Amino acid sequence: MSTTIFVPCDSAALALGAEKVAKAILAEAEKRKLDIQIIRNGSRGLFWLEPLVEIATDKGRIAYGPVQASDVTSLFDANFLAGGSHPLFLGLTEELSYLKNQQRLTFARVGITDPTSLDDYLAHDGYRGLKNALATTGVDIVKQVTDSGLRGRGGAAFPTGIKWNTVLNTPAEQKYILCNADEGDSGTYSDRMVMEDDPFVLIEGMTIAGIAVGATQGYIYLRCEYPHSHKALNKAITKAYEAGYLGGNILGSGKKFDLEVRLGAGAYICGEETSLMESLEGKRGLVRFKPPLPAICGLFGKPTVVNNVISLASVPIILDKGGEYYKNFGMGRSRGTLPIQLAGNLKQPGLIELAFGVTLRELLYDYGGGSASGRPIKAVQVGGPLGAYLPESQFDTQLDYEAFAAIWAVLGHGGIVAFDDTVDMAEMARYSMEFCKIESCGKCTPCRIGSTRGMEVIEDIMKGHDLNKNIPLLRDLCNTLLNGSLCALGGMTPYPVLSALNHFPADFGITNQADAA
Amino acid sequence: MSMTPEKDFGTPAISATQMVNLEIDGFQVIAPAGTSVMRAASSIGIDIPKLCATDSIEPFGSCRLCVVEIKGGRGMPASCTTPIAEGMVVTTQNKKLADVRRGVMELYISDHPLDCLTCAANGDCELQDMAGAVGLREVRYNPAGENHLNSVKDESNPYFTFDPSKCIVCSRCVRACEETQGTFALTIDGRGFDSKVSPSQNQPFMDSECVSCGACVQACPTATLMEKSVIDHGTPEHAVVTTCAYCGVGCSFRAEMKGSQVIRMVPNKDGKANHGHSCVKGRFAFGYATHKDRITKPMIRKSIKDHWQEVTWEEAINYAASELKRIQEKHGKDSIGGITSSRCTNEETYLVQKLIRAGFGNNNVDTCARVCHSPTGYGLKQTFGESSGTQNFDSVMKADVIMVIGANPTDGHPVFGSQMKKRLRQGAKLIVVDPREIDLVRTPHVAANYHLKLRPSSNVALINAIAHVVVTESLVDEEFVKSRCDVESFNKWRNFIADKRHAPEATESITGVPAADIRAAAKLYASAKNGAIYYGLGVTEHSQGSTMVIGIANLAMATGNLGREGVGVNPLRGQNNVQGSCDMGSFPHEYPGYRHVSDKATRQLFEQNWGVSLQPEPGLRIPNMFDAASDGSFLGLYVEGEDIAQSDPDIQHVHHALRSMECVIVQDLFLNETAKFAHVFLPGSSFLEKNGTFTNAERRISPVRKVMPALASYEDWEITQMLSNAMGYPMNYNHPSEIMAEIARLTPSFSGVSYEKIDQLGSIQWPCTDDTPEGTPTMHEHEFMRDNGKGLFMLTEFVASQEKVTQKFPLILTTGRILSQYNVGAQTRRTENNAWHAEDLLEIHPHDAEDRGLKDQDWVGIKSRAGETVLRAKISERVQPGVVYTTFHFPESGANVITTDNSDWATNCPEYKVTAVQVSKVSHPSEWQQDYQAFSERQLELLAKE
Ligand SMILES: Cc1cc2nc3c(=O)[nH]c(=O)nc-3n(C[C@H](O)[C@H](O)[C@H](O)COP(=O)(O)O)c2cc1C
Ligand code: SF4
Ligand code: SF4
Ligand code: SF4
Ligand code: SF4
Ligand code: FES
Repeated sequence: MSTTIFVPCDSAALALGAEKVAKAILAEAEKRKLDIQIIRNGSRGLFWLEPLVEIATDKGRIAYGPVQASDVTSLFDANFLAGGSHPLFLGLTEELSYLKNQQRLTFARVGITDPTSLDDYLAHDGYRGLKNALATTGVDIVKQVTDSGLRGRGGAAFPTGIKWNTVLNTPAEQKYILCNADEGDSGTYSDRMVMEDDPFVLIEGMTIAGIAVGATQGYIYLRCEYPHSHKALNKAITKAYEAGYLGGNILGSGKKFDLEVRLGAGAYICGEETSLMESLEGKRGLVRFKPPLPAICGLFGKPTVVNNVISLASVPIILDKGGEYYKNFGMGRSRGTLPIQLAGNLKQPGLIELAFGVTLRELLYDYGGGSASGRPIKAVQVGGPLGAYLPESQFDTQLDYEAFAAIWAVLGHGGIVAFDDTVDMAEMARYSMEFCKIESCGKCTPCRIGSTRGMEVIEDIMKGHDLNKNIPLLRDLCNTLLNGSLCALGGMTPYPVLSALNHFPADFGITNQADAA
Repeated sequence: MSMTPEKDFGTPAISATQMVNLEIDGFQVIAPAGTSVMRAASSIGIDIPKLCATDSIEPFGSCRLCVVEIKGGRGMPASCTTPIAEGMVVTTQNKKLADVRRGVMELYISDHPLDCLTCAANGDCELQDMAGAVGLREVRYNPAGENHLNSVKDESNPYFTFDPSKCIVCSRCVRACEETQGTFALTIDGRGFDSKVSPSQNQPFMDSECVSCGACVQACPTATLMEKSVIDHGTPEHAVVTTCAYCGVGCSFRAEMKGSQVIRMVPNKDGKANHGHSCVKGRFAFGYATHKDRITKPMIRKSIKDHWQEVTWEEAINYAASELKRIQEKHGKDSIGGITSSRCTNEETYLVQKLIRAGFGNNNVDTCARVCHSPTGYGLKQTFGESSGTQNFDSVMKADVIMVIGANPTDGHPVFGSQMKKRLRQGAKLIVVDPREIDLVRTPHVAANYHLKLRPSSNVALINAIAHVVVTESLVDEEFVKSRCDVESFNKWRNFIADKRHAPEATESITGVPAADIRAAAKLYASAKNGAIYYGLGVTEHSQGSTMVIGIANLAMATGNLGREGVGVNPLRGQNNVQGSCDMGSFPHEYPGYRHVSDKATRQLFEQNWGVSLQPEPGLRIPNMFDAASDGSFLGLYVEGEDIAQSDPDIQHVHHALRSMECVIVQDLFLNETAKFAHVFLPGSSFLEKNGTFTNAERRISPVRKVMPALASYEDWEITQMLSNAMGYPMNYNHPSEIMAEIARLTPSFSGVSYEKIDQLGSIQWPCTDDTPEGTPTMHEHEFMRDNGKGLFMLTEFVASQEKVTQKFPLILTTGRILSQYNVGAQTRRTENNAWHAEDLLEIHPHDAEDRGLKDQDWVGIKSRAGETVLRAKISERVQPGVVYTTFHFPESGANVITTDNSDWATNCPEYKVTAVQVSKVSHPSEWQQDYQAFSERQLELLAKE
């Protein structure tokens, strides 16, 4: 009987040597004349264990990791095909506490299936949402998405159902579904994992969106630094077309939806939805003012749903199990689950999908295992480069949009980056301004000039120059950026800057409280 | 007479019918739905600080000075980009808003030179104004910070400088170049702090696609883009609204003055023909008015071989009058005549024809419109009943399909060209009918749906083919034809045009245009909701010019494309007042208002008013005058503001005729080509030195206002009046308004026109009568102007031009104009516009060039049966094989040495657009050019010197 071995093809695993591991396993099996079959699955998202090799057994999938090619001989020697013991033996994958306690809805198949196998997708509840969607009306689909409480996972947390409803109710000859796959936030990778490890779920989500609002064309605006996603998506799209899940007559329903991947321009600002549309239209990635909302006048001036990868990938399960099911996860006005991405100075970085409500401390210590350096965690930045820095005193905050807003922080796209006590928060603030300067599209004055001035002012502060003038100047500048900027790049740069200044004044050379004003 | 700046509402007006109520700073406001909060506030006098918004372009939302708070809304939205909503409550001033605005200004000024006192824009700078408005008192940023203060100036454009150290990157220039001008020469290069304005790919302005229209300069809120004249002379102190004296668009300008010196010409936002836009000519090329070549003293001489003598006005006028009287006594009343100008005002033109009819006692008056749009007058009068275009310019904004025939709007009528491009960018379809690839065929964000690249001289065959498709493919608007047209004439025409000989397939060999393209284009035009036709000299300057105009009129009637906005038949008239000069009775057979001299009632009206008896027969046309002069029966000519020795065809014949005359009186600014054959020179005045009116291509009568004293003491109408008095026919007008009052009294279509009304309305489109007291933007709305109110179809048989290619003359030469030069170039050649076009070139297709061994810039001889000249070659695929093309802006080019005496059958309009020629490589100028140069040099020597 042939044994099935899973070696991930996710780029995180590949970066850690998964390709060599797969080759070594094949070669070793041949040498030993063992009948095996390797499936290149996605990643489970336990990065410190990658490459994580799994063996299919009667009891379930047994995990070994992190496996290097040099470990392969000893694994065979230890009879790992039958779950034999070995220093890298981890036990049943599903029983790993990191995974076991997660609530994987959007990521239900990630790491389990062969990403670009449509059969595998179907065998794991794929395309059930679409079938339900085809059996009902656009209004009803939109209602279910609204009922689910799903809010945009791209950062702004706008209710997805309300956005769809606007597009549904705006008559037009042509409408578009636009997937924002520009994932530019530092420390984030959940979009990438979905696209590499379960591309069909995104395709299905977009198809449902198209059917719901009456859009017949979809585009995935993909960050150009994601070649593996590009390949996986294109392969999956081709298969979906071949099997009638995309095209002019979806599953014989007479409904049409075409889908295409477009590569991004390589600028952070092109992740901002209006700039993204400009870029897709072949222009410079300059931010547009709103209104008009993209939902009314979007891509090529047509009503357009712009959603993040995770938002769209969460739709199939909502349509499969119903809005109520999804809504039952979470707390307050933050419903469902959030794929959290742990990164930075942590022992166990990785992807954790959980219902809203978990605290930062649980994530950092129970999942992340504390800092990798073993030193105390001084601060975490949540929500990407425009997110606030949180000090240890705020680690008990629950992951909830409103709870974060209350402490002047954001959840953003769910990225959490941890820093130990060697970090200089003034330098981090300076870097935030520099990031804004580098990525500024240059359209609006506060950000175009203010980011450069901000960097200069913080540099002066770091040199200890005239704090009495420069600290208030920095605060005034942040006020101008916050209220005056056209988009959130300039508008949110004050989050990391001011949170660093407010929580860690000493790093800015402020010794007495009066200077901090 | 003050420098009150024009009010800037920040964002363009919205023409919605639905009104919205809101509250701004406690005041109730009502404005059309879609209006911005900024504009609504401005409409009640609340000026929200702004820098990136200006009401000539769409809002952009980049400077963030205009932030406001809206009750119930989040954050601080920009008021320029936020549309008003019912019940909205807006706060434009409070501490929080003030803090943000001051913060933004502090950032701006942290990267701006602090030399306001010595800046050319001092007192005329919005950045300065806003720094004041937001109360900026200090800039706290470290002055050692990164900045753009050392950016290098670009002074390549002759008229304006670009000083990036002062740029606030508001993109107003970029957007003006895109939205207003449609050239897309500017972009913002780089990102973030490095963003900077870049002409083309970071080139100097002169090397970029920039056409120097000035829209960016106009839009710039700072001194970054600044007129050199303002840098040199300082800011103006008063402004006078007047009208451009170049092309038939008739743009309205504010002449901004320092005393009697024009500092700059700024397009007038309220101008109904141009809405605040301009082209390089009207905007910048006014320096000719004070050029050193201006002649400011009257001169006389006995023979053209003699030196000129400067004399007093009295002597000059008396000499001229006595000569004319002497000739008449000896050779009869009809031995003299005059030529009016399309450059002069309506009042001046009216006066010249009055002098000739009443003072000379004959009808020997003609105008240069003869050489351009006389077929328009004839063709449209016959079919529609009125000799003019049917629409206003703004009508194009409602057109769905635009057909441009034999016109090059982006060069010839640039401001209208920009408006047309704007409509095309909004999605209107375009059909270009032209032998040459004009810019419109492919220009940024505009592409012709069909370019019917016909052979020159096959116009009528082409329009017939289009009409054939309309008639045979059931595309006729039967309802329109039945209710609005003369049905009998239509039926006759339908039978005629349905004949197979007009089918696109049958005429393909004549036109050279694939039949399928003609069919598709015909369908596109005929099935458009609104189809509009614009045409130019490529239609009229042909032996079948009038036939073609009629063919166009037939087509528009058959498809029901008349009598409302967005449609029509629109001649793009070349010169500023060509419409007016025709309206004013410049033709030998017509009194003002296109009434035939043989019409007894009209004649009696004029006889009564003028107190003389008038000749009932038409007088001589220009070509007849020349023939008669060569025969010795026509010996005296009064030419006002016209250069027939350069602009008329078959110049050698013209020169011979001029040499044969005994008294040629030229009234002009310069010693032009015609003046070189003159005996009396009366120094005229430029448009800046006189009062009057011009009538543009859309029948719009606009004011011309004196901003400086006449350099030679008299306005042109005064000179005509003096000559008339000396001739014994008394005239005593005190002001051109009195002349207009007389025109209105004697001309029904002008009966409602007066200076008071023009001042009040800004401009008036005739007909302006009791029924239409504010003028008529769209003609023929309910019925045609013909006696029975019905449009008349006329048959348009194609007749091949006599001008055929032969083995000896195997190429067809066609002529046109370019943007930077104007007509015979007398003015533009005396400005910096030469930087763009310093000589006329012969465009030739690479195949034809190769056959003749020609390279770019080679000297080539161009020979026709009329003559020969030499130009430099420009190899270009814009022309098709077999066709060569040139402009005619420089006298030494002698383009009209080669054009022939062929002309339109109905009107004698010369066939400039078709001359069979041979082209070959040469090493020296033609014999004509050598002779001409010698003559010309001699004539300059003969200029009086004390
Ligand atoms: C500077 C900037 C960068 C952004 N980058 C991304 C991105 O990479 N991916 C994304 O989904 N949203 C990004 N956004 C948010 C998008 O503008 C937009 O809110 C989102 O695509 C909407 O989708 P959602 O409602 O599904 O979140 C960015 C926003 C800003 C201001
Ligand atoms: S905030 Fe920055 S990125 Fe956003 S529009 Fe303004 S300049 Fe562009
Ligand atoms: S002058 Fe006119 S064409 Fe040239 S850059 Fe400015 S707006 Fe564009
Ligand atoms: S040149 Fe003038 S209009 Fe253009 S961006 Fe600079 S300041 Fe604005
Ligand atoms: S030349 Fe014509 S287009 Fe140019 S400014 Fe004068 S009237 Fe306007
Ligand atoms: S004027 Fe509104 S943002 Fe500049």
